[in-house]
Amino acid sequence: MSEDLLAEITESVIGGEPETVIALTRQALEMGLEPMEIINQGLVPGMDIAGEKFSRGEFFLPHLLIAAKGMQNAMELLEPELVARKQTFKSVGTVVIGTVQGDIHEIGKSLVGTMLSANGFKVHDLGVDVRIENFVSKIEETRADIVGLSALLTTTMIGQREVIEALVEAGLRDRVKVLVGGAPVSQSWAEEIGADGYAEDATGAIQVAQKLMGAKS
Amino acid sequence: MRPIFKILSDELVNQIIDEALGLLLDPGVRVHNHEALELLAAAGADVDSEMQVARIPEDIVRRALETAPSEFYLYSLEGEPVVHYGGDSVQFDPGSAAITILDRETQQLRAPMTDDFVNFVKLVETIPQLDAQSTAMICSDVSEEIGDLYRLYLALNYMRKPIITGAFGIDTWWTMKELLVATVGGEAELASKPIAVFDVCPSPPLLWSELTCQNLIDCARAEIPAELVSMPLAGATAPVTLAAAVIQHAAECMSGVTICQLSQEGAPIVWGGSPSAFDMREGTTPMAAVGTWMIDCAYTQVGKALNLPTHAYLGMSDAKLVDAQCGLESAGGTLLAALAGVNMVSGAGMMDFESCQSFEKLVIDAEIIGMAKRLLAGIEAREEPIALSLIRKMGHRAEYLAEPHTLKWFRDEFYIPSEIIDRSSLDGWQKKGAKTAWQRAAERVDHLLSSYQPSPISDELRTELRSITMKAAQNVGMGELPPLPDA
Repeated sequence: MSEDLLAEITESVIGGEPETVIALTRQALEMGLEPMEIINQGLVPGMDIAGEKFSRGEFFLPHLLIAAKGMQNAMELLEPELVARKQTFKSVGTVVIGTVQGDIHEIGKSLVGTMLSANGFKVHDLGVDVRIENFVSKIEETRADIVGLSALLTTTMIGQREVIEALVEAGLRDRVKVLVGGAPVSQSWAEEIGADGYAEDATGAIQVAQKLMGAKS
Repeated sequence: MRPIFKILSDELVNQIIDEALGLLLDPGVRVHNHEALELLAAAGADVDSEMQVARIPEDIVRRALETAPSEFYLYSLEGEPVVHYGGDSVQFDPGSAAITILDRETQQLRAPMTDDFVNFVKLVETIPQLDAQSTAMICSDVSEEIGDLYRLYLALNYMRKPIITGAFGIDTWWTMKELLVATVGGEAELASKPIAVFDVCPSPPLLWSELTCQNLIDCARAEIPAELVSMPLAGATAPVTLAAAVIQHAAECMSGVTICQLSQEGAPIVWGGSPSAFDMREGTTPMAAVGTWMIDCAYTQVGKALNLPTHAYLGMSDAKLVDAQCGLESAGGTLLAALAGVNMVSGAGMMDFESCQSFEKLVIDAEIIGMAKRLLAGIEAREEPIALSLIRKMGHRAEYLAEPHTLKWFRDEFYIPSEIIDRSSLDGWQKKGAKTAWQRAAERVDHLLSSYQPSPISDELRTELRSITMKAAQNVGMGELPPLPDA
């Protein structure tokens, strides 16, 4: 019975029905299923399958993003339950992400953020036009493993360097890996400003983030 | 008869305009610029200063659409009106602000330098199919902070054709204006005979950032033409249905026209854009997807219905090499833009979305543009009767090659391409070295560059332009500028 329900949760994540994911998650809690069980046997397998389908070209970005939305909504419901049980869902890593100051381009940054959370990262998205000190304080507050800095303009990519300099100044540079991206950003720019990783697109960013986590642990 | 392509029914155009007007009222447009918010509030818009949102009633927008001029001209450096924004005029300029170029030797993408852009400007001067210059690439050998004005400075030293440009900052716009004023000899001269258009880009959905909004206001006050580049990414930053993306585009452009006209009634403004049908697999913004072309054609039709000059980024390719994809995409977009009657089509030479410029692609695109312009000229009777007397005279003889009628008309009737387009026999092609289109294009670039005629500007003006640019460079801590390549 509970196995059927967990399978249904998985299906609703894959099927892109965030409302159903929530309803079923609530039902599972009412039936007395453990939140960790719901996550590991209901939600996560759904995201995994959606991810596999995307890599095979069977799924497109809207499938993936709506699946992630279902998972995120369910997690919001489950997190207080986990806290009540003094449990934590172990994420792959914690990421602070945002578009640098003066730049209001959102889409690439949000795509990377969602894909990271779909891949088991805990993501704090600071939005666009993010002030340097906001990156620094959020990294400090969340003890982030990775910070993702997005810039779409040649005039704002300098902001990526400025955040790195601020991290050095705040004594945080050794504790956090810096991932940079955006249209004008390149591997050589990443090296020039002393970033730890660069990726051309969202899928690449996930791989680099996973690699950086491997290097961290 | 001039062939024209309409993608929307009149009913749909009206509905798009109505729904766009509805969007400006609710949810309104985000305006991150204090001055613009004040202008809008003074005109009667409902402004939430804290949220920086303006809800603009229809009558304010309608009035702005009325006072915006339906046409204007851009002038060459010699003072001739050479570009007509308005009606169904169709003109072409290269795609702008590339952050890479396709290296002519290695065919690898790399950062552009001063010499690259100067050669590019010279090449554009020599290509008859191109009607205007653009600040086509960002030179990596100067500080990013003066990247916008430095391009204009370089171009002004080598060009005669007018230029499509844009500022990356609020302050740099003023330096760019100073360069233009110096070139034409005064502010009044620049307003009455503009040699440049500034692109100003709202951010989807429905946002005017402080910078672009200020550029828009400053252009309007100086009566320098501004070109609205609204870029809904259908399925990402705008709704996925093409008609809905066109509505969002219309709302963004209408808000731009309104801010422009409130700043200075009668200031020239262009209904333009760079939309994209978002790629659902790669998360990229294709400039050559058929969906992208359709949004462009549709918003152009909406702009025409509002009696405004139009612009579009078309004729580009998403390919990373000058290959078959590059050719087919560039041809499709260019032909559609021409048929849709877009006044200024920006995109020639551009590939890798809107990121890379290529000299070789530019000269290939010039051939596509040549074909498109011929297509637009349509089929004419030429003589009366058209054929009856001629064919009766010739009877059944196949000897038209030697007829005066052929000699008289063949140049008007046919578009005659350069050697880039291979029409040799197989044997002839092999004898000429069995060259690829890339090789033929590379040779054409060399040939054209060697025919460049230096610009007519005086040494005094060159010195003045350099001192204006030098001052801006020093303000950002650059001690010197790269040397100016030979004219």
